[in-house]
Amino acid sequence: MVGEPLERLFVTAREQILGDIRRSLKRAVGEPPQLEAAPLPAPALRVPMTDRNLYCDLFGKKLENLGGKFIRVRDTAAVVPAIAELLVQKSAVASNAPFLRKCGITGLPQVHSAFTDRDELKAACAAADIGITSVDYALAATGTFVMLSSHNEARLISLLPPAHIAIFPRSRILANLDELLSILPRPADQTSSMVLITGPSRTADIEQILVKGVHGPGEVYAIVVDEQ
Amino acid sequence: MNAPEADIQQSLGDPRLQLAIYTATRRLIDHRAGVVSDEVLPYYQDLRNEANAIKKHTIENLDYYLEQLESNVIAHGGHVVFCRTGQEAADFVLDLAKKRGVHMLVKSKSMTSEEIHFNERLEKHHLEAVETDLGEYILQLAHQRPYHIVAPALHLTRYDVADVFTKELGAENEVVIEKQTKFARGVLRQKFLQADIGVSGANFLIADSGAIVVVENEGNARLSTSAPRIHIAIAGIEKVIPRAQDLAVFLNLLGRSATGQPLTVYTSFLSGPRRPTEIDGPDEFYLLLLDNGRTKLLQDPEKRQSLYCIRCGACLNHCPVYRKIGGHNYPWVYSGPIGAIITPQFHGVNEDTWLPFASSLCGACAEVCPVKIEIPKLLIKLREEVVEVKRRQAAGDLERFAFQLFAWIATHPKIYLLLASLGSFFFPIVPRIGPLKQWASQRTVPEPANQSFHQWWASRSKGSS
Repeated sequence: MVGEPLERLFVTAREQILGDIRRSLKRAVGEPPQLEAAPLPAPALRVPMTDRNLYCDLFGKKLENLGGKFIRVRDTAAVVPAIAELLVQKSAVASNAPFLRKCGITGLPQVHSAFTDRDELKAACAAADIGITSVDYALAATGTFVMLSSHNEARLISLLPPAHIAIFPRSRILANLDELLSILPRPADQTSSMVLITGPSRTADIEQILVKGVHGPGEVYAIVVDEQ
Repeated sequence: MNAPEADIQQSLGDPRLQLAIYTATRRLIDHRAGVVSDEVLPYYQDLRNEANAIKKHTIENLDYYLEQLESNVIAHGGHVVFCRTGQEAADFVLDLAKKRGVHMLVKSKSMTSEEIHFNERLEKHHLEAVETDLGEYILQLAHQRPYHIVAPALHLTRYDVADVFTKELGAENEVVIEKQTKFARGVLRQKFLQADIGVSGANFLIADSGAIVVVENEGNARLSTSAPRIHIAIAGIEKVIPRAQDLAVFLNLLGRSATGQPLTVYTSFLSGPRRPTEIDGPDEFYLLLLDNGRTKLLQDPEKRQSLYCIRCGACLNHCPVYRKIGGHNYPWVYSGPIGAIITPQFHGVNEDTWLPFASSLCGACAEVCPVKIEIPKLLIKLREEVVEVKRRQAAGDLERFAFQLFAWIATHPKIYLLLASLGSFFFPIVPRIGPLKQWASQRTVPEPANQSFHQWWASRSKGSS
């Protein structure tokens, strides 16, 4: 990959850095962590013991506080009518999530879907007005979408278009980040990319004035379906 | 170096700048206070204690967790490159860019890259590195360094931004912030779609997962790490934490402490290149682990806690000194209380000796630090070291003065001759008085010659003519 002499240089750097660390800490090569002087606390995951039925309303409230839109529908058949207005004269890219097919999204004329090639997907997302995805989980406490990259969900659909619509069943809403990490103790086992999305893209870099949609979508919609 | 007093006076005398610093830090203080109160986060102090314990454990066993991190990154198909210096990090990126035929890369915000002057090093070799965080992009165009760890362009107004965009990009003179932002989005979007390498920093490195975590609000870090074919992450070796589950502690603290957000808009948890079944994401992933002086900070068991810092910027916002003098009067990219304790440790206490004294020791920084770094205690320790260095330097000053005096005498022959004859006259009594008395009591002091070389030479010349 990298040229021979440079590669050797970085091997030396590795040995030197680890050696310097061990000398400073008075540790031997391959020594396991010392727990007496500085113990490692057990993971502290705090999941509130509240009624799961309250999660959906809490999620909606938190998302709207951040400037997102929250729409709750009774069943999958109600999804297309609920977003029809958003799609008028707009082009959209939808992910390959089975739930979107179930909701009839992928059959809509203005929705491009079933991408498997990265460059084609990238070009389509760069040109689209709306990206439509499902989510793997949502977090009630913060109004957050949790998306794991896979053959169903690409990274760029929720990122490149100026608007993002996420459609998912209510059962995917968890209490908070702590509950997510108790369900997925090591997300990297499943995916190269897990992203938590908490509201529209924003910046306050000029005079601390809040502006939405600087690089990611400035408009974020959650369509939560009560029954599957 | 002494404090840049003229620059500080200028900052203090600039009412617009004073107002900008004051309102920005005030807002960040208020936002933080609203999300760490007992009512909304009753276990906030427990989180701080846990964060401190996890950081302490990890730093005390840093070699173990770095090796675990490394093997897990490799297991996910990524590469790990250890870099002793910024030059080594830049050399690696330059070499890779050359091999892949890449001429432009996009970058998301990273204090570590600022620390090593990453962009300048690449640009020297005609590799364009484009900052994509809005604030950092403005600063890159204006050729300035970040004013604040979290709010880099805090000191600039919309009019400054309009000037920069007009001058550097030939844009229309636009002073509406929404329109400025939209303009930057358009320019940078093209860069994202063209670039073949994306460079990011990392807020955390997860040893048990071989993953990096990047938090942000704009989406530019997601774009930098997902759109290009190659993703390179640069992080200090101290950024490692043992387990993904530790994020429950650190993510709950970082956003709250930095900007008052329970979670920032985007939190990316990334491990290696895209997996075979995934549709998009980079084909290659490199994690550059940077030392650049960090191993030096490990040597002192007390001061090594400086490496717990998660760069939230809360200590800057709450510091009465930072809030008056601002970010650019600090000598390094890390400003405020955290800058005052890490700059002397990275650069040596004999540089910028004023820094540990630029504090009233009010303790506000320690009170808000999410990982409980004992900043005032370390400031006092560094003050002791500065005083010690100055004491030793004073001895050095005397020595330097003595040699300068000798050089002056030796280059002025008449004075030299005068002093030499005086010397030979007084020489016999010198060992009998003063500090040499004791030395001479145990030694045979040589007798001075009857005549000096000059006297002898003069008499010899006369004799031969």
